[in-house]
Amino acid sequence: MYTQKVMEHFENPQNVGEIADANGIGEVGNAKCGDIMKMFLKIENGIIVDAKFKTYGCASAIATSSIATELIKGQPIEKALELSNKAVVDALGGLPTHKIHCSVLAEQAIKAALADYYTRQGVDPTLFVGEIHEDCDHCTSCGE
Amino acid sequence: MQKFIYADNSATTALSETAFNAMLPYLKSEYGNASSLYSLGSSAKSAIEEARKTVAKCLNATPREIYFTAGGSESDNWAIKGYAKAMLKKGKNHIISSKFEHHAVLHTLNALEKEGFEVTLLDVHSNGLVRPEELKNAIKETTGLVTIMYANNEIGTIQPIKEIGKICKENNIVFHTDAVQAVGNVEINVADSNIDMLSLSGHKFHGPKGVGALYVRKGIVLPPLIDGGAQEFGRRAGTENTAGIVGMAAALSEATATIETRAKKSKEICNYIIENCLKIERSRLNGDRENRLPGNVNMCFEGIEGESLLLMLDAKGICASSGSACTSGSLDPSHVLLSIGLPHEVAHGSLRLSFSDENTLDDAKYICEVLPPIVKRLRDMSPLWDRIKNQEN
Repeated sequence: MYTQKVMEHFENPQNVGEIADANGIGEVGNAKCGDIMKMFLKIENGIIVDAKFKTYGCASAIATSSIATELIKGQPIEKALELSNKAVVDALGGLPTHKIHCSVLAEQAIKAALADYYTRQGVDPTLFVGEIHEDCDHCTSCGE
Repeated sequence: MQKFIYADNSATTALSETAFNAMLPYLKSEYGNASSLYSLGSSAKSAIEEARKTVAKCLNATPREIYFTAGGSESDNWAIKGYAKAMLKKGKNHIISSKFEHHAVLHTLNALEKEGFEVTLLDVHSNGLVRPEELKNAIKETTGLVTIMYANNEIGTIQPIKEIGKICKENNIVFHTDAVQAVGNVEINVADSNIDMLSLSGHKFHGPKGVGALYVRKGIVLPPLIDGGAQEFGRRAGTENTAGIVGMAAALSEATATIETRAKKSKEICNYIIENCLKIERSRLNGDRENRLPGNVNMCFEGIEGESLLLMLDAKGICASSGSACTSGSLDPSHVLLSIGLPHEVAHGSLRLSFSDENTLDDAKYICEVLPPIVKRLRDMSPLWDRIKNQEN
């Protein structure tokens, strides 16, 4: 069902944990749907110097969190803002159709963390991040 | 060497040596069509009739009451759709079932509802058991059929079948039971339990896949689901799966003869796991502690998700299953776990282990060794677990 890359990131996830002095923290998903992603970013001079995550969910939720942190670490904020769920899927060599929403969650978790960073800087995050929909009303994945 | 423990016997079982050997001739030299007149055909025919006698004996039925099918789902579909059609002629259109039936029953009932039948699904409560008095209360003038599973496929709870059968008999209602998980694991006596129709499936008791049976009590009018040739007393068309039927009967005979000793062994394995794994904080056993299949353990571990748990167990050589949304292939966790009142987030963290004669106490010990660290590892990376712990403090 999963590519070797997904299994590698699931069995050996990178950047698991919290950053004590993170200056951007975002959480998306909910327990009812079976996945929650929490992203911790440490940003200095516009560069993401560290990224860590905590995830409750299936193997693909854990693997997408892991690869997403790898993709943005050391990158300028602008690059992280551009990270699409498709880039996450591609980096994993593909995901089963019914797991694509995990990659969407990873993209949103990063955006939510960046929004938190902007807010802490006193900047309106919607200018950069747009609206982030992490509630049930805007999610189409479980069809409720 | 990498360990390999098969603990998913409710999904399917390994073919027994006895069943395999019984099947072999019918996969090779004895390939005749049971409907043919020459001796190659009649040899297949007599093998099927011997198998029918064997299956009948295991259920305390008569051979004429056993119909071979392609499996449990077909048997369920035939019994329910067939009888629904028949009961309409008697002015009945109401069917009573339970909330946690297998999809072969629930989806069949959904289809009938669309055709205008009325369906009542009984609660199964937190212990996973139907209450006979609630069945009594649900019966109406128009009730023609009750279909309640013998034992649940996920949480293993065994329903009060004898009481249900008695109520149905008293009210002149036909009683069907999906006994796919029960047959071969608990003693079944259709006459004694007033069961009118019973579905079973070969591959759940070390027989082959793709073959099952439906017991239909003599006197019950059941129109065919599959029309065609005159096989199965003209009630189920299609050239018989001779090897499958023979293999299933051999497996059932073997399973029935050893029910007690196997149950004792399976219970020992399950009790060991239940006692040791319930030591994990915020874990729970799903389903009644006593009234359950001897080889079934179903537990939930809060703060983690089932698919991750299964894949980590797989990496340790353990085959198990879960009722989480991710593993069910749908987007909700198992309807069985929701039916016993578990919140979604708890149901997502479920684990089903199901054992057979081929498992040992050493398997249980190994599982109890590797499971707690896996649960801990997943909890350590789970923001939900952090939240649960914060709420505790």
